[in-house]
Amino acid sequence: MAYLDICDVTLTFKGIAALMGVSFTVEQGTIASLIGPNGAGKTSMLNCISGRYTPDGGASGPCRISLDGECLLSLPAHRRTGLGLSRTFQNIALFKGLSVLDNLMVGRHGKLEYGLLASILYRGKAVRQETLHRRRVEEVIDFLNLSPYRHQHAGRLPYGVRKRVELGRALAAEPKLILLDEPMAGMNLEETEDMARYILDIAEEWGVTVLLVEHDMGVVMDISDKVVVIDFGQKIAEGTPEEVQADAGVVAAYLGTENAAFTGR
Amino acid sequence: MRGKCGLFFTSYPAEAQVFPSGFQKLMVGLFLLALAAAPLTLDAYLTSLMNLIFIAVIGAVSLNLLTGVCGQISLGHGAFLGVGAYAAGQCTLHGVPFVPAILAGGLVTALVGMVFGVPSLRLKGIYLAIATLAAQLVLEYAFLHGGALTGGAGGLLLAPPTILGFAFDDEFRQYYLLLGFAAAALPMVTNLMRTKYGRAFVSIRDFHLSAEIVGVNLFAYKLAAFGLSSFLAGVAGGLWGHYTGYISAEQFNIGLSISYLAMIIIGGLGSVIGSVFGAIFVTLLPELLNAVSNGLGAVFPDIAQHVVALREGVFGLVLILFLIFEPEGLAHRWRLVKAYWKLYPFAH
Repeated sequence: MAYLDICDVTLTFKGIAALMGVSFTVEQGTIASLIGPNGAGKTSMLNCISGRYTPDGGASGPCRISLDGECLLSLPAHRRTGLGLSRTFQNIALFKGLSVLDNLMVGRHGKLEYGLLASILYRGKAVRQETLHRRRVEEVIDFLNLSPYRHQHAGRLPYGVRKRVELGRALAAEPKLILLDEPMAGMNLEETEDMARYILDIAEEWGVTVLLVEHDMGVVMDISDKVVVIDFGQKIAEGTPEEVQADAGVVAAYLGTENAAFTGR
Repeated sequence: MRGKCGLFFTSYPAEAQVFPSGFQKLMVGLFLLALAAAPLTLDAYLTSLMNLIFIAVIGAVSLNLLTGVCGQISLGHGAFLGVGAYAAGQCTLHGVPFVPAILAGGLVTALVGMVFGVPSLRLKGIYLAIATLAAQLVLEYAFLHGGALTGGAGGLLLAPPTILGFAFDDEFRQYYLLLGFAAAALPMVTNLMRTKYGRAFVSIRDFHLSAEIVGVNLFAYKLAAFGLSSFLAGVAGGLWGHYTGYISAEQFNIGLSISYLAMIIIGGLGSVIGSVFGAIFVTLLPELLNAVSNGLGAVFPDIAQHVVALREGVFGLVLILFLIFEPEGLAHRWRLVKAYWKLYPFAH
């Protein structure tokens, strides 16, 4: 069984089908990319995995989304982190009122195990755990070169740094699978290259499986082990970057075909 | 003072302190000493104002925990204070010692607050505000028609608080009692805010979608925010009831809820020190208006009546001016002042 197993996922909103019977798999420790034209259903797929949306049928029937053999659909979104799932958002979804450090500490929320009383009194276990987890968060800060921004409020950071903080928050949870929703969107060439290097390191050094949604085809084709293409909610191709680039259906979805009817104004 | 060009830490616990520098610790110590000595120089009237401020500080910091930190607007906070006052009052009337009675009042209020917090899972912003407004009206009705439990329109008469045989039966003795409760509540809320509960609350306020993704159980934490906030509100209510010695339904009307909201907006949302500033400001504002009207009364004899009528208007005006010119509240101004003096007399 594959590490991340997406099997026949359908998602409809009152008659609008966002995803229609999409299936694909991602192997452990690899980088897989999910691409497709705007509105194809890429983010909807990530939302199904992370728990924002529930695919049609929900947890009934054979499991449609499983991670490392465990069915995700029977768990609410906030419990999926415990199975090693974390994600970033396309439009930055940081906690503006918290410092970068605290944003990353929230990323480890599920791993902090102390009660309300320890928290109110700030004694014993609370202090030990805060220190211990601070140390782990500092590793992420070092990895992503965020130390100059450690105590700054997330709302005041430049765009490229915020994207990095968001990656850091997802990494702080020590995920096994990380879902990245357009991490390079709106970045210049240099920032894109940095981000691509971080993603490669996450997969190779940290052993984290990556599912990437991205429009920058250069990056996607360079770093992916596998590419899945969806269009209008249906999977149209799956394979290595070379195979996908050679696929006639993919070219048609992105560029149109020569004999397609002109449907414009 | 030794000359240092900054604060440097060699351990994470050292950096995590609330007052990291020796100077800050000294200042806080001196401030507490000054507070402890203050009744020696104040008359009974000024001491009573201080007592009201201590109660307001507990109430304001509790509302700030819910609205400022967790982002759940509550228009029913005044009624929550009332629940605590009646519950603690009934406890002492039935012979429960004072401190357990106050804590029991807090627990009862926490339960009531959590019940009225259930809609927060579905409702946000202004819609939640309306739902909590309903809580305010329901509870006000219950206070008036509660029979023997609330004393109905007649209210409840309470004896002054007594701890281990020592009666806190005048303003000066009450001062130390209320100071003790306020001085205990503030560090607790501060600690809560710098640990996982506080961070989870802020994450719900700032971006509830990603809060859920990082593993925060939205429903449980929203309920926890309502519970903790209501607990402190109940404590403030219980203290208030025993301070005045008389509880009536009118005390806990919508006006009280709004003045608590005003405190945290004026003081600074999500800030503990802001709650203190707001509580002081809103408690002293009527006194300030009285002083102004008395001062002007010597020149314009009729003005006292007009100023009394204007009081609500001035209150609203102050609130609007704060929203326009100081949206982050007095806590923000306090930070700017501190930053200015840090570098004084060199601006760079």
